[in-house]
Amino acid sequence: MTTVDTTAGSLGQPQGGHYDEGSYLTPKGGTWATILQWATTVDHKKIGVMYLFAVLFMFFLGGAAALAVRMELLEPVRTITLADGSTQITGQLFGADPENMQAGNNVYNRLFTLHGAIMVFMFIVPSIPASLGNFFLPIMLGTKDVAFPRLNLFSWYIYVFGSIFGVISIVLGGVDTGWTFYTPYSTTTDADHWRVVYMILAAFILGFSSILTGMNFIVTVHKLRAPGMGWFDMPLLIWALYATSIIQVLATPVIGITLLLLIAERVLRIGIFDPGLGGDPVLYQHFFWFYSHPVVYVMILPAMGLISEMLSVHSRKKIFGYRAIAFSSLGIAAVSFLVWGHHMFTAMGELAAILFSALTFLVAIPTAVKVFNWIATLYKGSIVLNTPMLYTLGFLFLFSIGGLTGLPLGALATDLHLHDSYFVVAHFHYVMMGGTVIAFVGAIHHYWPKMFGRMYNEFWGQMGFWVVFVGFNVTFFTQFFLGTQGMPRRYATYVDEFQFLHVVSTIGSWLLLVGFLIHLFNFIHSLVLGPKAPPNPWGGLTLEWETESPPIEHNFHHEPVVRHGPYDFDTVVPPHCDAKDYPLPVPPQQAEDQARVIK
Amino acid sequence: MTTIDAGQVAQGGPPAEQPKPGTEAHPLHWKNRGHGHHWRTKDEQFDAEKLGMWLFLTTEVLLFAGIFCGYAVFRMLYPEAWAAGSHYLDWKIGMLNTVVLLISSWTVAMSVRNAQLNQQKWLQINLVITIVCAIAFLAIKFIFEYYPKLSEGKAPGTFFSYPYWKDPQEPLWWAIYYMGTGIHALHVVIGASLLGWVLYRSWKYKAYGSSEYTMVENSALYWHLVDLVWIFLFPLLYLIH
Repeated sequence: MTTVDTTAGSLGQPQGGHYDEGSYLTPKGGTWATILQWATTVDHKKIGVMYLFAVLFMFFLGGAAALAVRMELLEPVRTITLADGSTQITGQLFGADPENMQAGNNVYNRLFTLHGAIMVFMFIVPSIPASLGNFFLPIMLGTKDVAFPRLNLFSWYIYVFGSIFGVISIVLGGVDTGWTFYTPYSTTTDADHWRVVYMILAAFILGFSSILTGMNFIVTVHKLRAPGMGWFDMPLLIWALYATSIIQVLATPVIGITLLLLIAERVLRIGIFDPGLGGDPVLYQHFFWFYSHPVVYVMILPAMGLISEMLSVHSRKKIFGYRAIAFSSLGIAAVSFLVWGHHMFTAMGELAAILFSALTFLVAIPTAVKVFNWIATLYKGSIVLNTPMLYTLGFLFLFSIGGLTGLPLGALATDLHLHDSYFVVAHFHYVMMGGTVIAFVGAIHHYWPKMFGRMYNEFWGQMGFWVVFVGFNVTFFTQFFLGTQGMPRRYATYVDEFQFLHVVSTIGSWLLLVGFLIHLFNFIHSLVLGPKAPPNPWGGLTLEWETESPPIEHNFHHEPVVRHGPYDFDTVVPPHCDAKDYPLPVPPQQAEDQARVIK
Repeated sequence: MTTIDAGQVAQGGPPAEQPKPGTEAHPLHWKNRGHGHHWRTKDEQFDAEKLGMWLFLTTEVLLFAGIFCGYAVFRMLYPEAWAAGSHYLDWKIGMLNTVVLLISSWTVAMSVRNAQLNQQKWLQINLVITIVCAIAFLAIKFIFEYYPKLSEGKAPGTFFSYPYWKDPQEPLWWAIYYMGTGIHALHVVIGASLLGWVLYRSWKYKAYGSSEYTMVENSALYWHLVDLVWIFLFPLLYLIH
């Protein structure tokens, strides 16, 4: 096993290598010069870091809207008649008007729309691919940058530009269409105002950013793998990002034209989606979900890739079923395009509904292949229960619950009862938050030392995990009960017997806030005071652990050559690690011989 | 491994005298173009850039797929409106525009070949013809189609005021017609602008030649897509009665 020697001076400096470079974080010049360098950089690492902070900011913005939604749901909104015969409205926190219940409900509608739109379009779709993916995809492939660095910077600015439109829309008063922009809500509400158009435009623009990132990744994977790295020597995160990119490239243009038509519908009233003008609102839903269902897998596939990485490294065990996991990523990407109809079971014919239901169940196969492979990987591994690993195990629990509760929603008979209820809300939060966000936060811990060259505080990392894990389950497990009992989604008010579960759920949301704040302060503390990170703190075998922490400007001192698989923990001592800390297992034949000698 | 970054060459300290654009000494001359620092060879970069372009074209096809899908749905729902709508269009003008675009597709393909063979003069001539065709297409579209139709009130949505309509769903036909041809016209403008940029750089710097024609080829690919979309739009809109 050859590793890159970071103390290059002793070896002399091979020609053409990058031996005199500082880390990519080292500022060159004064403050303004540094800011200008970051703003115009084509370095995938800097772009990834900028994306990371942007999406985390959006996560807190969307989280604030979610907390407000939960606050409103502490008490049902109801009109009570007082002793003197006058009526009063109680339980309304936002936009309360003693005379008019609708005024407060409008505020509630805006809040859950903002939560959904920000979380989906500005946080979770770009979250893992654009931040960690941008940072690590080229390093894991052993190259200096993504295929099109300037396009990468362009996609970052498109993201900023699109987000600005979203924020303008919020500042102007927000939208109350739901994040799905279903017609006729999106064509009729606030008809005298442009803020709905701004929000739709924001989603349209953000789509371009997503497409460009996806294209960049596909070409990078095809053309820029390090010497010796075949397709099946790639880390599984790369497979997951590759599958994600295919979906991004193929699905996003469809939402582009849909939102364009929707803007035309709203501004010119062209009547494509408005039933009053002969249009078809279900056509909009088909168009919308043809993008938005595949995009659900844009959200979860990168998280699955991160789990494969973290699980293998922190249990120091070769991943079980490498090819099965790799192909299941592509399988999920392929099936993802065939199941959009399950969002509209009640709006289509029986045969179509049965077909979409059957296709929906197909998704369970590659997903289960992954989960079983991960569990098999854990078997007899040397599991280290640090923060990334706790998050990985948390992912397995929460994602399994989220995945299994998808089955009753995919089955026609049960879906009739459960659709548009809190059961759906709980299901997709278990997948999106219990899956993607949990994996994302775990992976930020996993890659933090590599990205910023500082260790985080392990104790507070684990504390944060437990608070988030408990808070998440308290918030969302209760919503399964609410849903089965008949609580519909998107209502500010409800019947009294739901109040207990709503209060429990709201308390859970506060726990979540506390948990994420612990992580936030832990990260800030680490940036300021954290101890310096070694190049390979976890003993990983993929290429990013061969370079320094944080990586130098050109990623590697010289072009790496791949001589072992990404998870060969049983045959390779990890780079920058002491062999006595990572003893290789004794081969079975040799062990037998030793035993015989002792006998 | 020595790599030459085009950007670095362009910025790297100029000698006492700046070489004149268009001469072989100028850094933007095609013979002096290197490849990005993260590529091993220029060929790999060329392959990657072409793969990226094809992926982008895939997204364009899917963008128009939305329009075609909407077209199919509403043609099934309102066949009379579609038949009536198609009658308002003059297939001769559509045919003329088809011919114009097909000629431009031929010339743009020739311009790629000219770049590969380093025929600088013919490269520019073919590009000029292509751009003239693009302008002709837009002129025909606006003068003989959009303008008379809009002034008669055959407009989409709220602006529809044509009094002699035969089918109540005709505004929907016009919606699909204007969205489809409008987005296509936007692509014509983008494609022509790209080719204009190629022409400018070719004229000013001789920026394209046998070893440096990625930009010519990718712009040409984009132009072929514009052509291809029209090949589908033309029969679906003009020839269905």
